[in-house]
Amino acid sequence: MKKMIMGLAVAATLGVTSIAATGIAFAAEKLKVGFIYIGPPGDFGWTYQHDQGRKEMEKVLGDQVETTFLESVPEGADAERSIERLARAGNKLIFTTSFGYMDSTIKVAQKFPNVKFEHATGYKTAENVSVYNSRFYEGRYVQGVIAAKMSKAGVAGYIGSFPIPEVVQGINAFMLGAQSVNPDFKVKVIWANSWFDPGKEADAAKALVDQGVDIITQHTDSTAPMQVASERKIKAFGQASDMIKFGPETQLTSIVDNWGPYYIERAKAVIDGSWKSHNVFEGMKEGLVVMAPYTNMPDDVKKLAEETQAKITSGELKPFTGPLKKQDGSEWLKAGETADDKTILSMNFYVAGVDDKLPN
Amino acid sequence: MRLELVRRPQHSALFSALSPFIALFLTLIAGAILFTILGKNPLAALYSYFVEPLTEVWSIHELLIKAAPLILIAVGLSVCFLSNNWNIGAEGQFIAGGIAGSILPIVFPDFQGWYVLPLMLLLGMAGGAAYATIPAFLKVRFNTNEILTSLMLVYVAQLFLDWLVRGPWRNPQGYNFPETIQFNASAILPEIWTASGRAHWGFILAVLAAFAVWFTLSRTLSGFEIKVFGRSARAGRFAGFSAGKLTFFAFLISGALAGLAGIAEVSGAVGQLRTSISPGYGFTAIIVAFLGRLNPLGIVAAGLVLALTYLGGEAAQISLGVSEKSARIFQGIMLFFILASDTLIYYRIRIVSRLGDAAAKGA
Amino acid sequence: MTMFEAIVLTIATAATPLLIAALGELIVERSGVLNLGVEGMMIMGAVSGFAAAQMTGSAWLGLVAAVLAGAAFSLLFGFLTLTLATNQVATGLALTLLGLGASAMIGESFVGLPGVRMESIYIQGLTDFPYIGKILFGQDPIFYLSILLTIGVAWFLFKTRAGLTLRSVGDNHASAHALGVPVIRIRYLAVLFGGACAGLAGAQLSLVYVPQWVENMSSGRGWIALALVVFASWRPWRILAGAYLFGAVTIGQLHAQALGIGVPSQLMSALPYLATIIVLVLISRNKRLTLINTPTSLGKAFVPDR
Repeated sequence: MKKMIMGLAVAATLGVTSIAATGIAFAAEKLKVGFIYIGPPGDFGWTYQHDQGRKEMEKVLGDQVETTFLESVPEGADAERSIERLARAGNKLIFTTSFGYMDSTIKVAQKFPNVKFEHATGYKTAENVSVYNSRFYEGRYVQGVIAAKMSKAGVAGYIGSFPIPEVVQGINAFMLGAQSVNPDFKVKVIWANSWFDPGKEADAAKALVDQGVDIITQHTDSTAPMQVASERKIKAFGQASDMIKFGPETQLTSIVDNWGPYYIERAKAVIDGSWKSHNVFEGMKEGLVVMAPYTNMPDDVKKLAEETQAKITSGELKPFTGPLKKQDGSEWLKAGETADDKTILSMNFYVAGVDDKLPN
Repeated sequence: MRLELVRRPQHSALFSALSPFIALFLTLIAGAILFTILGKNPLAALYSYFVEPLTEVWSIHELLIKAAPLILIAVGLSVCFLSNNWNIGAEGQFIAGGIAGSILPIVFPDFQGWYVLPLMLLLGMAGGAAYATIPAFLKVRFNTNEILTSLMLVYVAQLFLDWLVRGPWRNPQGYNFPETIQFNASAILPEIWTASGRAHWGFILAVLAAFAVWFTLSRTLSGFEIKVFGRSARAGRFAGFSAGKLTFFAFLISGALAGLAGIAEVSGAVGQLRTSISPGYGFTAIIVAFLGRLNPLGIVAAGLVLALTYLGGEAAQISLGVSEKSARIFQGIMLFFILASDTLIYYRIRIVSRLGDAAAKGA
Repeated sequence: MTMFEAIVLTIATAATPLLIAALGELIVERSGVLNLGVEGMMIMGAVSGFAAAQMTGSAWLGLVAAVLAGAAFSLLFGFLTLTLATNQVATGLALTLLGLGASAMIGESFVGLPGVRMESIYIQGLTDFPYIGKILFGQDPIFYLSILLTIGVAWFLFKTRAGLTLRSVGDNHASAHALGVPVIRIRYLAVLFGGACAGLAGAQLSLVYVPQWVENMSSGRGWIALALVVFASWRPWRILAGAYLFGAVTIGQLHAQALGIGVPSQLMSALPYLATIIVLVLISRNKRLTLINTPTSLGKAFVPDR
């Protein structure tokens, strides 16, 4: 009898320890993180940079996380299914990396209250849905300053993808940066109607060069404009990633979308239980917008670019600060007034001086 | 050694029934080889593709959502293809239907009631049909090649939708992002069985359309006309049928069904218009039409199989890390095997050796 | 370089892949076969050309690889439609689908690498000649190939016995067969030629137009090439004219945008497609002209009855 009690006690202790052990194992269980991509990671642009962020997270957090991604997920009906599949596959943190996934993300989030969602570049949040966005336009302002210094013709070419706020912000910030150096600076805009069509982007770049621009900047994802600029021996700015390989003597700098730090921070927050829904719009200061090295320019231009970047990073300079006029001549911001985030996020007008009509 | 075809005196009933299965079997083998080359366990990959999506109820709902537009469009295309009208532009008619059907909820959001949804579906069909009459008219009146005109019109429709959603129809409260307002509740195609998933009435419409077209083709005079013309235009004319009328008929049917698919997708699965509403359904439906051997009932099965490869491709991405491209290669291979197996219905294949050939010539 | 020269050069670069692929398809259709797989063969050429050039460092080897890849890929189409007598429309579509998927997979490891550019020629004195020097003597080798190919195809079709035989196969395969013409073999050769041309057009995309590889980089150019064949009512010189017209409309709309005229860019992007439809209508409404040139057996399978 005694033996039996002893036995039970031992069994009980063993049981407790094993429960404790599983408890520890549970705590150390990997956090599964899912990503939904709009394109293939091999686009060398938008999706490529998100995938770099994912890889950086895997590298830094190592055993703590396990990541999965679904590529080329169309927006709309397919997105909702893909997000739900990731949630059902046990992912506790899901990044949906395109604006068009907004409503699908919100819908799936309602069904999975225990899963945290992070939606890029949208505006709808929920208890378990955060929104994150990047102030790419801060980099555009620096590019404008460089362009006005470097251009002999006083005209830059701008290849736009679609007239959405993110792109319009970029054109305006570029213009304002350029005007801070040369008030008469001009920008010619061509809309490619595609984020990604190398042939068309190349044609657009050639058309701009033929019309006399000597600097090209792009808000489309392929490296074709950089290659055209390098062939025609003019200068250009890269987009989304460092494109120096495609124009070693051409690229002045490039806005690099640097998502890694944010992804790591949010995964850590889920692991230690401090994750809260938020809506952030971050830029150079927080490290989301990184400038590729300033190359192919004289030292004084480089110095000015670095100073401008430092001022934006410190918050001393905000690109959209009055006095500013809209393209039609009406007043937008009074002297000293700065644009609020809502206006920036829904921007659909040009500032004075842009030589294009917004297709509305 | 070479292959030689010998025409069968009659279509082989045996191979008519067997050919889709032969094709699927060969596709499975080719798929297994493909995955082995990619360094994945072929059995696990095929399991992910063809079984995993069927193991959960919600996933079956998703299968129906994905299959509905494919079936609707393919059923319409079968009428076109059977009558030798090569409508390659169903994608454009799908978009036209989506746009036309969305007029009510977007332009007149206050117009609500039970009658809104039926009106939207009718408008969608009208929009698709109207868009399809363009290539039909050009073919009948000017003898213009319909393959090319219908295809060019796809690009035009895509760009028009893009312009609408970025311009006049943009949601004024939506931070100037390119999407319309969300449809009101009376403009949403309801779900079939809300408790277990989000499949909507689009699939039911697809099955109904398949039956209607099947009946027309097999039991009515116009069905007979279509088939006669498909085999031989001369025989059709000899029998007194009008080729022009038939072309209009085929394009109207297929345009209307593609348009219905468009509005059903927009209203049932998305709930608003976006700059792009189709991940290529109009083109994939061509495969579905042939996989179903241009028989509307076969097309229902074929649509489900093709939808399965999409969901399976996604499952394989998650469980095995197989690239999304493999799904497309897979569909291409499958179509090749289907087409090749169909040959067996009409022909016997003989393998002729050079020696035998020479002997035959000598004899 | 003057604006005139620059614009002509840009148009030539945009027109060349269309011209080459359409010339290949012209021969295929003249033999009575409709291959809708041009887009698929073109993209296979683009990826093979890029990969070979990248690995060997030679753009010329890339070009050869692209031509071979296009031809090999077309053989798949040939086997199905010619040996197994499958439906040509469906088989061509399947070829395009497979090509887009397979090229994306093959090219995965080549994304984001700067490619090997096939350099334009330069002849001291001639290339510097004002206005026309660069247009006549300063373009890339594939441009000259495309012009030679146009001359060659025109000469072959209408001035040689073999060309006559090819056309007779396309016009009436049954009577050609009765006269002892090897219909299937001739069609195989035509399909192979079409594949080789589509491959070459693909090489132009990834070695000259934009020396890089990305998925779907042909973006519908194969379909435009198909439209050009009908547009040209199956005549080689009209294909040349059509390709340059299409190139001019494409480039023209970009220039119009850069000049800042406020027309929706979607309408501008739709112009080339609308223009193609209009020209197709104008050409095909002339029944006499179309009937003379249309290969009567186009798209019909041929199985010899014995």
